[in-house]
Amino acid sequence: MNYNWDWGVFFKSTGVGSEIYFDWYLSGLGWTIAIAVAAWIIALLLGSILGVMRTVPNRIVSGIATCYVELFRNVPLLVQLFIWYFLVPDLLPANLQEWYKQDLNPTTSAFLSVVVCLGLFTAARVCEQVRTGIQALPRGQEAAARAMGFKLPQVYWNVLLPQAYRIIIPPLTSEFLNVFKNSSVASLIGLMELLAQTKQTAEFSANLFEAFTLATLIYFTLNMGLMLLMRGVEKKVAVPGLISVGGK
Amino acid sequence: MMEFDFSGIIPSLPGLWNGMVMTLQLMALGVIGGIILGTILALMRLSHSKLLSNIAGAYVNYFRSIPLLLVITWFYLAVPFVLRWITGEDTPIGAFASCIVAFMMFEAAYFCEIVRAGVQSIPKGQMGAAQALGMTYGQMMRLIILPQAFRKMTPLLLQQSIILFQDTSLVYAVGLVDFLNASRASGDIIGRSNEFLIFAGFTYFIISFAASQLVKRLQKRFAV
Repeated sequence: MNYNWDWGVFFKSTGVGSEIYFDWYLSGLGWTIAIAVAAWIIALLLGSILGVMRTVPNRIVSGIATCYVELFRNVPLLVQLFIWYFLVPDLLPANLQEWYKQDLNPTTSAFLSVVVCLGLFTAARVCEQVRTGIQALPRGQEAAARAMGFKLPQVYWNVLLPQAYRIIIPPLTSEFLNVFKNSSVASLIGLMELLAQTKQTAEFSANLFEAFTLATLIYFTLNMGLMLLMRGVEKKVAVPGLISVGGK
Repeated sequence: MMEFDFSGIIPSLPGLWNGMVMTLQLMALGVIGGIILGTILALMRLSHSKLLSNIAGAYVNYFRSIPLLLVITWFYLAVPFVLRWITGEDTPIGAFASCIVAFMMFEAAYFCEIVRAGVQSIPKGQMGAAQALGMTYGQMMRLIILPQAFRKMTPLLLQQSIILFQDTSLVYAVGLVDFLNASRASGDIIGRSNEFLIFAGFTYFIISFAASQLVKRLQKRFAV
């Protein structure tokens, strides 16, 4: 069990076609980003709707959103992924089932499952942030908008949401970063994203430590880069007059 | 459409129970080790030594920016090598031990931030008073600051433990038979994997939901 260190391993041939290991990482990173971005779009849209629903003065509407949040927050992500990947296709009507199981190639069907799963999972978290943002606003905002004759949808669309989003950028950023990290579960249903490619590189090259160090560095850089980017956005759109503004 | 038949679950319950015991063990050891290591890290972060505080800061940043699944997989593959370098001989170590180490080290980063926030929420006068009484730094932390901080952050620590309870299911990746893996295996044997998956999800839900409701109550009682 001797270990041969070789940091140049990433530029060696994988023995599969003319690819080098670095190509595997690039393609893995591509999938990771694709999953995260697609899931984030779902999470942001659905999470915003749910977040608004939780603050609406209607018991049934807010109750539905609360149930959603509790359900998706209290079941482990991996269980949810298996449900979307193994169970849900069995419940589809026959023709859709055939399309999903036979016509789609395995990568596409795994991708669809993981995007839907992560999107709905993260929506529950986004919902809570949006709700917090709306509830953090002074009550006078809603009252003033109502007094000016705004209807409820207009109150949300023109007054509450534009302010709420700007307050909750920091927690939303950390949810966005979580989506990137959580996308690694896709490796467990055979999608060759970053972690799966790393595992494969470790197995093919026997350079385990180098392989995982590179993966760690990629995740770390991705995280830091996005965090800096969002910090810039946060400063740009800060709501004037709140305590958090102008902090260094 | 498929039809569901949940009757196969009853005979499999002993196997599922063993899986649940594994899940709970992973969680308990991860939480205990995570809190101990996390408290040490938090004290390092809050110390006056720039070096110590930077080391702890880098540790936390590092573990918070990588996926838990990556840590579990890496440790599973790497721990045998590392042990060999340390001890000089092949030391067989199972997936269980490597997962425990992974959970402890990963969770420590999260617990560190909770403990740090807890310590920082204690009024400054407490420290001043302890120093005025002639206590050393260690005595002050052990007898005055940490007991109060832990009381304040109990709800957060419990919340994080519930998250870990769910995250233990990731040991599926290294083939450890926890509750999820036991459910998958039992379901596959009798060809009822969907029913077992629903049962597993339901069980996780009931436990996590009940636990978080309890924590919420506790939080209200602890609130000043």
